[in-house]
Amino acid sequence: MPKRELMKGNEAMAEAAIRAGVEAYFGYPITPQSELLEYMSRRMPQLGRVFLQAESEIAAINMAYGAACTGARVMSSSSGPGVSLMSEGLSYIIGTEVPFVLVDVMRGGPGLGNIAPSQGDYRQVSHAGGHGDTFPIVLAPASVQEAVDLIYQAFDLAEKYRTVVIVLADGSIGQMMEPVALPEYRPLPEKRPDWAVTGEPGRPRRRLTSLYLHPEDEEVVNLRLLKRWRQVEANEVRYRTYYLDDAEYIVVGFGMAGRVALSAVRMAREEGLKVGLFRPVSLRPFPTKELRRLAPKAKAMMVVEMNSGQMLDDVLAAVQGQTPVRFYGRMGGMVPFPDEVLEQIRLLVKEPPTLDEDPRERWIAHMEQMLTPAS
Amino acid sequence: MQTEIIIAGFGGQGILFAGQVLAYAAMDAGMEVTWFPSYGPEMRGGTANCTVILSDQEIGSPLVKHPQALIAMNAPSLDKFEPLVRPGGVVVVNASLAHRGIERTDVKGIEIPANHIAEELGDRRLANMVAVGAMLTLLPVLEMDQVKQALRDHLPERRRNLLEPNMRALDAGAAYAREHAVLSS
Amino acid sequence: MAVTAPSRPLKVVYRPPETYLGPTHYCPGCTHGIAHRLVAEVIEEMGLAERTIGIAPVGCAVLAYEYFDFDGVEAAHGRAPAMATGIKRVLPDRVVFTYQGDGDMASIGMGEIIHAAGRGERITVIFINNAIYGMTGGQMAPTTLPGQVTTSSPYGRDPRSQGYPIRMAELLATLDGVAYSVRHSLHDPTHIRKAKKAIRLAFEAQVRDLGFAMVELLSTCPTNWKMTPIEAMNWVRDHMTTVFPLGEYKVHPELRKLRV
Repeated sequence: MPKRELMKGNEAMAEAAIRAGVEAYFGYPITPQSELLEYMSRRMPQLGRVFLQAESEIAAINMAYGAACTGARVMSSSSGPGVSLMSEGLSYIIGTEVPFVLVDVMRGGPGLGNIAPSQGDYRQVSHAGGHGDTFPIVLAPASVQEAVDLIYQAFDLAEKYRTVVIVLADGSIGQMMEPVALPEYRPLPEKRPDWAVTGEPGRPRRRLTSLYLHPEDEEVVNLRLLKRWRQVEANEVRYRTYYLDDAEYIVVGFGMAGRVALSAVRMAREEGLKVGLFRPVSLRPFPTKELRRLAPKAKAMMVVEMNSGQMLDDVLAAVQGQTPVRFYGRMGGMVPFPDEVLEQIRLLVKEPPTLDEDPRERWIAHMEQMLTPAS
Repeated sequence: MQTEIIIAGFGGQGILFAGQVLAYAAMDAGMEVTWFPSYGPEMRGGTANCTVILSDQEIGSPLVKHPQALIAMNAPSLDKFEPLVRPGGVVVVNASLAHRGIERTDVKGIEIPANHIAEELGDRRLANMVAVGAMLTLLPVLEMDQVKQALRDHLPERRRNLLEPNMRALDAGAAYAREHAVLSS
Repeated sequence: MAVTAPSRPLKVVYRPPETYLGPTHYCPGCTHGIAHRLVAEVIEEMGLAERTIGIAPVGCAVLAYEYFDFDGVEAAHGRAPAMATGIKRVLPDRVVFTYQGDGDMASIGMGEIIHAAGRGERITVIFINNAIYGMTGGQMAPTTLPGQVTTSSPYGRDPRSQGYPIRMAELLATLDGVAYSVRHSLHDPTHIRKAKKAIRLAFEAQVRDLGFAMVELLSTCPTNWKMTPIEAMNWVRDHMTTVFPLGEYKVHPELRKLRV
C-alpha cells in the first residue's frame, strides 16, 4: 500500500492541485471551502507560485481568467454563493477557450442558506456554468481520495479541451478527514501553448477574446465548442458501480449521497435484497448511455440526492421510461443517514413504482410527514 | 467489519483531536477510516463532535445514526447521543461533567471521572485521552500500542511536551475501565 | 492642373507609431483614437512593444486590442483590473495595462479598480472619462455632470435622486498602493501633449516598480452628446473641467524627478 496521509478534504484538494502543477490560485473566503484557500496561502508562496486573496469572487474569477490567458495552470475554489458570482467569469473563460479548474464545495441554499453539506449546485454548474452556450466539465468526488485524483486529472482535461473543469464537492468532503495517497509532484510546464497571451517578443501578436460581434462568427465558435464537447462526451464519462451484477433494483447517487447510498445498499444486501448502486462521477458529461443500457435490466431505479432531485431529471432523460424511477433526497444542508435510504430501498422493493408514477410524489409526502412537528 | 465512534463534548475539550488520534492509528494499521467533524459556528464555544468510522473495506456513509460507541465528554452530549448507540455498543461518560449516569442497560458502559484523573496526571486537557483509553478497553478495535504510536507520529511539534502525559492518560483511562466497567446484558 | 512631385524628400515631422493599427471605427470627433495613439507612441518610445499586454474593456473601446500591435485580451465589463492582476502576477516582467471607460471602471468595475489600486498592482490604467455610456446609446454614467441630459436621465441628472459624479483621480489618490493618479484632457493639442507625458509617467511607474498608476483623460462623445466635434471639444473645456479639475493628485517622488 502506498504511504497514506490523513488529510482534510479541503487541504487534500489544495495539495493535489499543487502536485498537479497549479501555478496560480485566486480565491475568496467562504465556508465550507476556506481551508483550501488557507492552505494555498501557506504553500503557494513557499513554492514561488502565485496566491492572491481577491476582494470578491467576481475579482477572483477574473484574475484567474487573466492568468489562464497566459497559459498558466490556474484554479480557484468557492461555494455556491461565490460560484454564483463567478458564473460571469466562467462563461467568459469558456467563451475564450482557455483552461481553468474550479472547486465548488457545496453548502445549503438557496440564498445565504447555511454551511452544511449539500448538493444544491448540481444544476447551477452542470446545466449552466454561466450564460450562453457553455459546456463545463463537472466531476463529483465521493471521498477525499477521489477528490484528490479528480483534481489531479482536472488540469489535464481543462488543457486538453480548453475549457472549464469544475470539481463539485460538498461541505462533508471538504471538512472530513480520510487517508489519502497523494500523487507525485509534477514539474511545472516550461512551454506555453501556442495560443497563450504572454507578451513574448519575436512572434506575431496574439489576442484572446470571447467577443464575436458578428453572429456568423459566433456561430462558428459555438459549433466548435459543441464539437469539442462531443469529444468530451465520447472520452470522459466516469462512473462507479457497486453490486450491479445481479441487481434487480438500482440506486443512483453521486458524491456524498452516493456514499450514503452505498452503506444503505450493503445493508439491503444483508437483508437479501438484490440492490446495486450506480454512482456517476462525471456529472457533465453525464453517464446517460450507461444508465440507458442498465435501465431495461432494472425492475426500478431510485435516485438519492442531497437536493430536491436535480440529477433526477437527467436520470429520467437517460432512462427514457424503460423502468420506473423513484426519488429520495434531503435538502437544505441535511445529509441522509444510511438507515433512511435503506428504508426507502425496502419500500422500493415492497411497493415498486409504476411507470406513470411521479418520481417525487411519494417523497414529498414523506418529507411533509417527517418535517411536520408532532402535535 | 465496520466500527463507528462518536466523540462529543464542549469545544476546547480536545474532542476533534481525540477522534483524529483514533483515525491516525486506524490508518497506520492499514484500515479504512473517516473522521467527520461537526463544523462551523457550532464549534465556537458550543458543543463539538466528530464521527470516526473504522473499516476493512471502502467506507460508505461517514455519518451514522446509530454508532457502535459513544464518548460523551459532557452532559448535553450524553443526552443527545446515548439513546442512539447501537444495542450491544459502548458508552463512555465523563462523570466529572455529566449530571447523571448511563441509563441504557443494553450497552457496555463506563462512567469515568476523566477530568479528575487528568488533573491528577497534571493537566485537565488530558481528559480526552483518559476517555479514549477507557473506550479502547471496552471496544478493543485498536491496540493501545497502535494508538500510542499514532500519538508519537502525529502529535503536532508544538505539543511535543504533551506526548508522555497523553500516553499516561490513555493508560490511566484503560486501567480505570478495567476496574469499573459495567458490562450490561 | 498637374501636381509635380517635390524635388527634395519632404521633411518628416511626424511618423505614426507602428504599433498603432488605425484607422479606428470610432465616430468623428471622438478622442478614443487620440488616446490609443498616445498609448502606442509611449509604449514604442519606451521600447516595450514586445513585452506589453493590453486589456480592453466593455464599451466603445471593446475592440481596442485590434488597434494595437501587441498582445491583448478582452475583459468582462469592469473586470479589466482583476484580469490585469492575474496576468501581471503570473508574468511580473511584462508590461500590463488596462484601457477603460467611465461606466466600465467607475460603475460596474468600481470594486476591481479600487482593490487593484489598493494592492498597488504594478499595472497602468488608462481611464477614458466622457461622462456618458457610448456604446449602449448614451445613458447616464457615474461621471455624468449634474443636469446633463442622457438617454437615461432625460430630465438632466438630478443629484438628489441620481447621485453626483465620481472623481476617480482624486479617489484613487487616497490609496497607499497608488504611485500615480492624475487627470488630463484631450480637448486641444496643448492638453494632448500633457496627456502624453502623463501616460509616459504612468508606464514609467510600472516599469520602475513604484506602484499602481492611473491616467484619467477627459474625452468627448459628440454622437451621444449630440454635438459637432468642435462643440464637443469646447464642452470638455468649458463644462467637464469645472467638475473634473485637471491636475496631478498623486505623483510618486521618483516620477517627479524624471524628465520625459
